[in-house]
Amino acid sequence: MATPKPRVKVPKKAAKGEVITIKTLISHPMESGQRKDKEGNLIPRQIINKFTCEFNGQLVFSCDMDPAVSANPYMQFSAKVNEPGTFKFTWVDDDGSVYETENKIAVE
Amino acid sequence: MTLSRRQALGLSAGAAAVLAFSPTFALSATDDTDAAIKAFTGGATPAEGTVSLDTPEIAENGNTVPVGVSVESPMTEDSFVESVLILADGNPNPAVATFHFTALSGIAEAKTRIRLAKTQNVIAVAKMNDGSTFIDRKEVKVTIGGCGG
Amino acid sequence: MASRTKSIATLFSAVMVCATGALAGGPVDEKLVIDGEMEIDTRIPAPEGHPFDEVISGWHYRTDETRDLEADSFQNPGMLYVERGEEIWNTVDGAAGKSCASCHGDGDEFLKGLGANYPKWNADAGKPFNIELQINQCREANMEAEPYKFDAADQKALTTFIKHKSIGMPMEIDLTEGDMQAWWNKGKELYYTRTGQLNLACATCHEGYNGNYIRADHLSQGNVNGFPTYRLKQSAMVSLHNRFRGCIRDTRAAFPPAFSDDLMALEVYVTWRGSGLDIETPAVRQ
Repeated sequence: MATPKPRVKVPKKAAKGEVITIKTLISHPMESGQRKDKEGNLIPRQIINKFTCEFNGQLVFSCDMDPAVSANPYMQFSAKVNEPGTFKFTWVDDDGSVYETENKIAVE
Repeated sequence: MTLSRRQALGLSAGAAAVLAFSPTFALSATDDTDAAIKAFTGGATPAEGTVSLDTPEIAENGNTVPVGVSVESPMTEDSFVESVLILADGNPNPAVATFHFTALSGIAEAKTRIRLAKTQNVIAVAKMNDGSTFIDRKEVKVTIGGCGG
Repeated sequence: MASRTKSIATLFSAVMVCATGALAGGPVDEKLVIDGEMEIDTRIPAPEGHPFDEVISGWHYRTDETRDLEADSFQNPGMLYVERGEEIWNTVDGAAGKSCASCHGDGDEFLKGLGANYPKWNADAGKPFNIELQINQCREANMEAEPYKFDAADQKALTTFIKHKSIGMPMEIDLTEGDMQAWWNKGKELYYTRTGQLNLACATCHEGYNGNYIRADHLSQGNVNGFPTYRLKQSAMVSLHNRFRGCIRDTRAAFPPAFSDDLMALEVYVTWRGSGLDIETPAVRQ
């Protein structure tokens, strides 16, 4: 597949203090390092090893991933919204690449 | 019940295999898993309860098994769940993922999808900010597919 | 003969249910509603001359977790490939400096329902075309680009995008055009012909034993309304001809090349067998 592309689902607005559900998905093969190619050579490991969600610069949730996380890793978690602002989502690849996306949320 | 010669042979061979190998297999898997739990808890034995795993009883394919975890906690600055370690004791390497929460998480719940090499236990160990630890275990049966496997 | 087959099937099913405890082998009685909004017709009365009374989507044969994945368009990993397909649709490729969108716009109008009516008779080629063949013809003739090799990542993603534009619309092919009926006949013959070391026809499993177990797996009717399909086993999109070839390989027979006359005939016939089922692409299967 082309460059891994993140998808994120965050509500557009929330009540002050509301706990919202966030869903994220990113296209990535999560090559475990345990598979072999047709010639019998080990395919080197390449996974997304870290996912982070920040809100207005403060850490909300993060996850360290091992090769046992499925391809196209899915992550669902919660966040308490005390003020309007921006969620920043970051995925770190074994090869050093960083994939990022941001979502704004309003507070009623 | 009458067994054909082939069935009888298959059964006894299967029984022999179980007798010969299962203790070794069980030990090595448990050893790695226990070591991972101890490393996470700092040597303490986690208590049952407080953390709960949500897994399917039967997974249609081991490549994509939904796993959810939730921990009972007020999730305030003073009292919150720091992290939850997810292990699979029958995989070549038991490590699966570690979730890290903060007071901004609101509630300590997370879901992801994982790979299970065969029928085995999925384990969640939660560590609270006061250092106490809790554990839950669920067996997931991984089915073998149709003719292609 | 029919009643004998049925009684064997019933016996088989009874044995398997006993062996596996709580699992039932048949289709579940649930409704597929995507995102709580879009109802998908997954069970419909069979068309005239069909061997079944009811045509049932493979969705009904899957576990709760797999069915739920398809019912949530965010969680469905196949949607990643729909998005990738849309990018390809809008990307210029080839010497003519065109993208799909250069001629067909954003596809919202042009593609609506289009994928539900393939395979379609192609008079120039003198054979039925599926979406993959249509894309390649367009690439060569209009874009002056290289045709995709079978199962190239971009071929699967673009096909997934095109089929997805017909989601929720009934699959219906026109057998009156050109020689479509002759291809249908040929496909039907192949469907009922036993092949391979295991001596199985498509019909052996998907007609005779659907609703029963094959090892720990449920046998569906083998409908194609969800292709390309996100398969958990591959953790990727699986094209219809890949699935055909996999199934034939599993009978331990030599399997025909993708888009060969044999597999195109089979695609025409098997698509007809699912007539009226809504397109589910990207469906999620085990």
